[in-house]
Amino acid sequence: MIRVEGLSKTFRGGFQALVDVDLEIRRGEIFALLGPNGAGKTTLISVICGLVNPSAGRVTVDGYDNLREYRKARALIGLVPQELTSEAFTTVWDTVSFSRGLFGKPKDPAHIERVLRSLTLWEKRDNRLLQLSGGMKRRVLIAKALAHEPQVLFLDEPTAGVDVALRREMWEVVRQLRDQGVTIILTTHYIEEAEEMADRIGVIRRGEIVLVENKHALMRKLGNKELTLHLHEPLDAVPTALTGHGLALTDEGHALVYSYNAASQEESSSISGLLADLEAVGLRVKDLHTRQSSLEDIFVSLVQERA
Amino acid sequence: MNLQSVKTLYLAEMARSLRTLLQSVISPVISTSLYFVVFGAAIGTRISEVDGVSYGAFIVPGLIMLMLLTQSVSNASFGIFFPRFSGSVYEILSAPMSYVEVVIGYVGAAASKSMLLGLIVLLTARLFVPYSIEHPLMMLVFLVLTAVTFSLLGFIIGIWADGFEKLQLVPLLVITPLTFLGGTFYSIDMLPPFWQTVTLANPVVYLVSGFRWSFYGISDVSPLVSLLMILLFLSVALAVLSWIFKSGYRLKP
Ligand SMILES: Nc1ncnc2c1ncn2[C@@H]1O[C@H](COP(=O)(O)OP(=O)(O)O)[C@@H](O)[C@H]1O
Ligand SMILES: [Mg+2]
Repeated sequence: MIRVEGLSKTFRGGFQALVDVDLEIRRGEIFALLGPNGAGKTTLISVICGLVNPSAGRVTVDGYDNLREYRKARALIGLVPQELTSEAFTTVWDTVSFSRGLFGKPKDPAHIERVLRSLTLWEKRDNRLLQLSGGMKRRVLIAKALAHEPQVLFLDEPTAGVDVALRREMWEVVRQLRDQGVTIILTTHYIEEAEEMADRIGVIRRGEIVLVENKHALMRKLGNKELTLHLHEPLDAVPTALTGHGLALTDEGHALVYSYNAASQEESSSISGLLADLEAVGLRVKDLHTRQSSLEDIFVSLVQERA
Repeated sequence: MNLQSVKTLYLAEMARSLRTLLQSVISPVISTSLYFVVFGAAIGTRISEVDGVSYGAFIVPGLIMLMLLTQSVSNASFGIFFPRFSGSVYEILSAPMSYVEVVIGYVGAAASKSMLLGLIVLLTARLFVPYSIEHPLMMLVFLVLTAVTFSLLGFIIGIWADGFEKLQLVPLLVITPLTFLGGTFYSIDMLPPFWQTVTLANPVVYLVSGFRWSFYGISDVSPLVSLLMILLFLSVALAVLSWIFKSGYRLKP
């Protein structure tokens, strides 16, 4: 649906925000672009949507070059920006209808009504935008992006700074759209969000796409967890009865660390085996905690892998 | 041409102006009346006629120009500055519209509104003085060309400005003084010879002179020169705009 080839962007002033990006988005999927702040997610989206001029490379949307055939390419795209923006004095209905007309589509009140209802904005249709809460405003931006019936929807950090309830609601809306056949690209720096929503995940760091992978494969790769057992009495060595579990002794013998993959059934179930063996050996555990690799760890390990 | 998009943008811009309709209409009526009271009544008693036209009637074209220039610049500059400032310009820039279409939408709306106000001034003036329009067609040509040219200028200012101060600076420090010094309230014949020459460097002189000619057949410079000058300003504005769009200046990094 979208093909990005050799895309680079160097801003005036010399900062290179995108480095030779290649990416293909498939029709009908939810694609999550995952990366820390400043990685270049917004820049990449902006180039595809025609808001930022590329320095090199090209983008096609459903086969249309986004610069040479910009009318056809852009007509297919809906964009929900990262920052909340709004013309404070217009009403919800007017601003959403405006978006439809701006994209060259004839008036269709029935469609606008459907969009507003699906985003639970129907009751608010006559409200001015300045009367709405932040969450409502974000929904208005989604409604505007959907007003012209796009085939591709870009959501730039749709749930940043949004409360949990609204986040769930957003996810629900995104799923419904996907079910209607809309291709969705969302950016996020929350790994949980990518995990929850996406079919495929692309990881971007310092302007480079580090990997693109099917979610399940990635989650398996990234699902490493550590269980740390804090002991009452320090040990000199891992007891022989426990060597089969691949434990590591740390904190000068005060802690045992067990690494496992939470995404794997078999490995997680082995925890109970470990706990039973601990009991048998008679080790007294003072405290225990688990830690999931953070996004930062994942980036670091990905980058090291590539180096 | 993507007519639906242009129409949508144009109508939305007009609607924005119409939200403040009352104030848009009342303020030119009041300011025109004030000019007539101050200039027409106070000065008009001393200067009874200029080139065979009563002083009150003489200043009518200048007043309309004053309204046209200030309103064109302020409407058009605000029209594009505000979405840039609020961030909502992303929608315009990502719409399947060419730059020409975007400009037609914004500048068309700004020019329409200022022409409307110009006509209101014309009607208000009628309450104070009788006047005639000798060349109505040319009057319209000057009206449209001036409104479009200065709306383009306003649009450029709205893209250039990076804050509200700059947005107001140009109309305040450039347009208003040039208009007052551009023969709005006097014929440049009344000035000493040196100042007559200096005044010719003021673009507004050509606009006011040509416009006044279309009313009374009298002018400071030949109407043809006026027309050519307006067309020159128009071309300069278009050239600057096309550079802006080609370079992505302030719109596309
Ligand atoms: N217009 C610009 N001019 C210069 N640098 C920019 C511009 N826009 C973004 N950047 C820089 O590009 C990098 C990537 O930004 P961005 O794409 O917004 O990241 P993300 O959306 O992943 O947080 C950042 O370091 C940012 O400072
Ligand atoms: Mg961003």
